[in-house]
Amino acid sequence: MMSVISHWSLENQERAQSILASYPVKRSALMPLLYVASLEHEYVSLDAMREVAELIDITPVQVQSVATFYTMFRREKVGDYLVSVCTSISCHLNGADDVLAAVEEATGVASGETAEDGSVSVEHVECIGACGGAPAVQINYELIEGVTPDKAEALIKWLVDTRPAVLLADEMQQLFGGRRSFDWGPSEFEGAMRPVPAFGPYGSAGGSALEGR
Amino acid sequence: MTDKILTVRMDAHPSDSHTLSRYLATGGYEALTKALYDMSREDIIEEVKASNMRGRGGAGFPTGVKWGFLAPTEPRYLVVNCDESEPGTFNDRQLTERDPHQLLEGIIISSYALGVNHAFVYIRGEYPKAARRLQRAVDEAYEAGYLGADVRGSGFSLDVTLHLGGGAYICGEETALLNSLEGRRGEPRLKPPFPAVEGLYAKPTIVNNVESISNIPWITTNGGAKYAAIGPERSAGTKMLSISGHIAKPGNYEIVMGMTWRELIFDIGGGIPDGKALKAWIPGGASAPWFVPDEHLDTIVSIDDVAANGSMIGAGAVVVMDETTNVVAAAHRIVRFFAHESCGQCTPCREGTSWLEAVLKRILDGNGRPEDIDLMLDISDNISPGLKWPPAMTTICPLGPSTVSPITSITRWFRPELESMIARSEVAIG
Repeated sequence: MMSVISHWSLENQERAQSILASYPVKRSALMPLLYVASLEHEYVSLDAMREVAELIDITPVQVQSVATFYTMFRREKVGDYLVSVCTSISCHLNGADDVLAAVEEATGVASGETAEDGSVSVEHVECIGACGGAPAVQINYELIEGVTPDKAEALIKWLVDTRPAVLLADEMQQLFGGRRSFDWGPSEFEGAMRPVPAFGPYGSAGGSALEGR
Repeated sequence: MTDKILTVRMDAHPSDSHTLSRYLATGGYEALTKALYDMSREDIIEEVKASNMRGRGGAGFPTGVKWGFLAPTEPRYLVVNCDESEPGTFNDRQLTERDPHQLLEGIIISSYALGVNHAFVYIRGEYPKAARRLQRAVDEAYEAGYLGADVRGSGFSLDVTLHLGGGAYICGEETALLNSLEGRRGEPRLKPPFPAVEGLYAKPTIVNNVESISNIPWITTNGGAKYAAIGPERSAGTKMLSISGHIAKPGNYEIVMGMTWRELIFDIGGGIPDGKALKAWIPGGASAPWFVPDEHLDTIVSIDDVAANGSMIGAGAVVVMDETTNVVAAAHRIVRFFAHESCGQCTPCREGTSWLEAVLKRILDGNGRPEDIDLMLDISDNISPGLKWPPAMTTICPLGPSTVSPITSITRWFRPELESMIARSEVAIG
């Protein structure tokens, strides 16, 4: 069964194995495995879906049926930096449409599209649970609250110019954010390296090298 | 009288309230020791029943009663719902990021009481920081012997698995969540059977919200009666309210219910910024019918008082709109959300939500028609017959009927504004 992913990186194979071991029924591993597979393949490709299907003993079309239900499983390659602008009600009331326009302007990319050089994708998203710090933006799902159109423009310039390897929410909040939903507590040194939620067991959290910085 | 339960530690220790060392230094895991060694499983369930705590996820069903429905067959599961996605809500994120051990201790005590040896926490994919903080807490707990085989020498064993969602609001509905956790599309299931009888993998399962479970250590330590004594009779305990929109001091507030909306918005929330007037507010998230100042400022903030006035506290999201708000645009944003998040199983919801969005959009774009108000009400009536509260359902889950709330709100409270917007369209179209 694991042989189907023998071409994956050893780390990702180990992650897949430990994910499979954490559920009593292996089909439950489907969504976590899609995240790992999308790191391995850059997105949820047809190959990724075939491999995940084999790992959990269901058919590829069953995997596809699930993958297509959820917005976070990308079935095309997205940019290195996925810029998600919340335009739901509380962000809307606090000027999110202007933030989205500023992001589109600064990137030259319309919502739903990816830059030709593959650097940035832009999307507007529904509520991301940052209403007290509206308007809010996520870069590769790392949160920045209290973003103004000017700050959004500066954020895009920073992303494109410095091309950070690891996105730290605290750093971005400090540089480009404003009012927050609540006190976040101390700084964290884990962040996102890819447009996949930065969660260690799925292999997608980075930045431990920055510990103590 | 106690006025805070959940946010005491994070307020007192902002730099490290999420760590095991701080948790232990502030009495953490003492409730678990009491539960394991001084209480029977039945004792704990009785205390939770006695607390009268109503589920904090939105439906307000008493947690202890829900626990009482759990079928005796094994294995059984506990699934904690951290798929917080109701627009306006961000309190579970704070509880998970800032005090993950409080949640985890609640999970361990609840699992012990319910005879569960494997618990899951379903965290929305857009909350990676909450997932990281909770995973670190889980790792610390395994290391310290609060999780795993033979928890603290008690013979009880428990594993906890965190599971990230994929960006689908509907997975906050408990049966959709269970399907998602089983690796399926997040489509709600017909009830009955209820999860307590046939839930995860068709086994008896309790699905509880983060805030509900975070209260369990306090209830275990202090007893259900003490919890029940806080606040109004049928809204016992504290409640985390997320206040956002046009408000001077947005944020999460752990409050004791029983105050008026006037006090909540103007005293606690600091009122409307820039001296503007209050136009409307949503008392309980995007799904809830709106309140307006002329009618509801002196209504009491409690589950029952809000329900008696045709709305709900829900998961505790208060969204405030000032006098400059274009209520049609605001309603469109909310309807667009539900249209986007409809799972597509039930025709009235799948078709109705998209049509409502389209009609609101054309009104906003200056292409409204005089018959559009009746058309929207007609579509709404197909989704939720009678347009009453609590809503009647033609669908498996309440998502469809939720879409009706902003429609009935603007047609009821802001009809002249809606009509004049349509009238301007008429002139423009000529």
